[in-house]
Amino acid sequence: MANFLTTYLQSNFPYLRAKKMKINQESHSTHISQKFNQELEEIRSQLLEMGGLVEQQIHDAIQSLTEGDTQLAKAVCEKDQEVNQLQLDIDEQCTKILARRQPAASDLRLVLVVIRATADLERIGDESSKVAKATLKLAEEGSSPRGYIEARHLGNLVRKMVQDALNAFARFDTAQALAVLHEDKNVDLEYQSATRSLVTFMMEDPRAISQVMNIMWVLRSLERVGDHASNLAEYVIYLVEGQDVRYTKTEVIEAAIGQNKSSKK
Amino acid sequence: MNNARNNNTSAPAIKMADLGRNTQQMNLAQETTSIDVQKMNLYYGKSQALKDITLQIPKQRVTAFIGPSGCGKSTLLRSFNRMNDLVDGVSIDGEVIIDNQNIYAKGVDVADLRRRVGMVFQKPNPFPKSIYENVAYGLRIQGINNKRLLDETVEWALKSAALWEETKDRLHESALGMSGGQQQRLVIARTIAIKPEILLLDEPASALDPISTLKIEELIHNLKDKFTIIIVTHNMQQAARVSDYTAFMYLGKVIEFDNTDKLFTNPSQKQTEDYITGRYG
Repeated sequence: MANFLTTYLQSNFPYLRAKKMKINQESHSTHISQKFNQELEEIRSQLLEMGGLVEQQIHDAIQSLTEGDTQLAKAVCEKDQEVNQLQLDIDEQCTKILARRQPAASDLRLVLVVIRATADLERIGDESSKVAKATLKLAEEGSSPRGYIEARHLGNLVRKMVQDALNAFARFDTAQALAVLHEDKNVDLEYQSATRSLVTFMMEDPRAISQVMNIMWVLRSLERVGDHASNLAEYVIYLVEGQDVRYTKTEVIEAAIGQNKSSKK
Repeated sequence: MNNARNNNTSAPAIKMADLGRNTQQMNLAQETTSIDVQKMNLYYGKSQALKDITLQIPKQRVTAFIGPSGCGKSTLLRSFNRMNDLVDGVSIDGEVIIDNQNIYAKGVDVADLRRRVGMVFQKPNPFPKSIYENVAYGLRIQGINNKRLLDETVEWALKSAALWEETKDRLHESALGMSGGQQQRLVIARTIAIKPEILLLDEPASALDPISTLKIEELIHNLKDKFTIIIVTHNMQQAARVSDYTAFMYLGKVIEFDNTDKLFTNPSQKQTEDYITGRYG
């Protein structure tokens, strides 16, 4: 009965409705100004498009390395221009929104997050083309299969992280963003163990050092991709929760968000 | 690893706010109260315009009231110097405490209250007198006729209102010959000439051009060291620019009252968010 009464009152008197903030995908399409809705929707979807492109770049870069496909590696290097251009386009649109609309609250956070995220995505693009360039070098020197397994494994891990971070952004999903932050620890562990085994290779066969060094740089790049994906995840938390969680331990963020959720109930 | 576990066990103590580096932010809890509103209700006849308002306006800060038309922000502002007394059929309960005194208590000298709580309206309303006499008016009413004291106060008030340079050579010309923006600053000078404690500004810049608006905003910024300033504005960017604290009102209630930076970047109430971002709530 009490429940029915609450529902009745809330549906008839909107100001009685539970007022606690909760932002979701639809939040940015309820403005009085339809054009503003469109503009925000556009930067959002363009960022996801850029994310998709970058994700493909990582995938192609790793594939070119493990399969020794120089054609694909060249394509990755060329496509990096496209990624850069997208960053410029999206940033320009964000600048226009800031100048014309003076967004506030979650709209402001969306614009800020998109600007920050384009920078990280662009860096991921750069790291991908570094991997592709390493492929070309290794092909010149006559490839050796050492370390490829590690690279592929680490590559898949970080690609998944980027994918998850983008999904978290698309769905305003802080739980998934947190999962990405946790995943970064696994990536760091993988990176360390891969480095150790490559050092062993080099000690066993000093003639392979220059080749193995190339793989080392690849691993380094991939590990950086994981860090950028973590940044993306942190932006999602800022977007949804309104708190800047950069340079904060994952456990602390988790505890705070967990509490935030229970206090909302 | 151990560290992580420690963090987990202490988890309930961590709040989202602890994550932010908020140490330099202004905090309502640390402010001295200038106006203490306690459970105030105001009715125009039978319709209730203000509902159970409890609010502490901080001293020597700029507080902005924002909200859609008819939300009661002007009514609340006007109740701070009992301007609503002039409206027929108004009844008020609850308390508005200024200087440890409920201004709605019996025996309060309303003229004295309005001397301490000055007000500036949307449209500049200079008297059809000279610039000098406009500013000196409040002092003359108080019976001050000492020429030197008047001169000094007029100069101080005009300087404080950033109007001295423009008017010092024409103090005895009619105030009606000034531009709208100048007139509004003159009215502010007239208000501060009698050294009130609190300055109420009801849409002070909405009839002015952008440059005059910026001058008024700059003036507000410079005056807040000396006065407690409360401003009602329809222009949210203006509230965001000039105020230290912002109260969002809706349908006669204060929905959210917080640090302006917080309110405009991460409001805690959905209604606030909907209003400041231009959504239909």
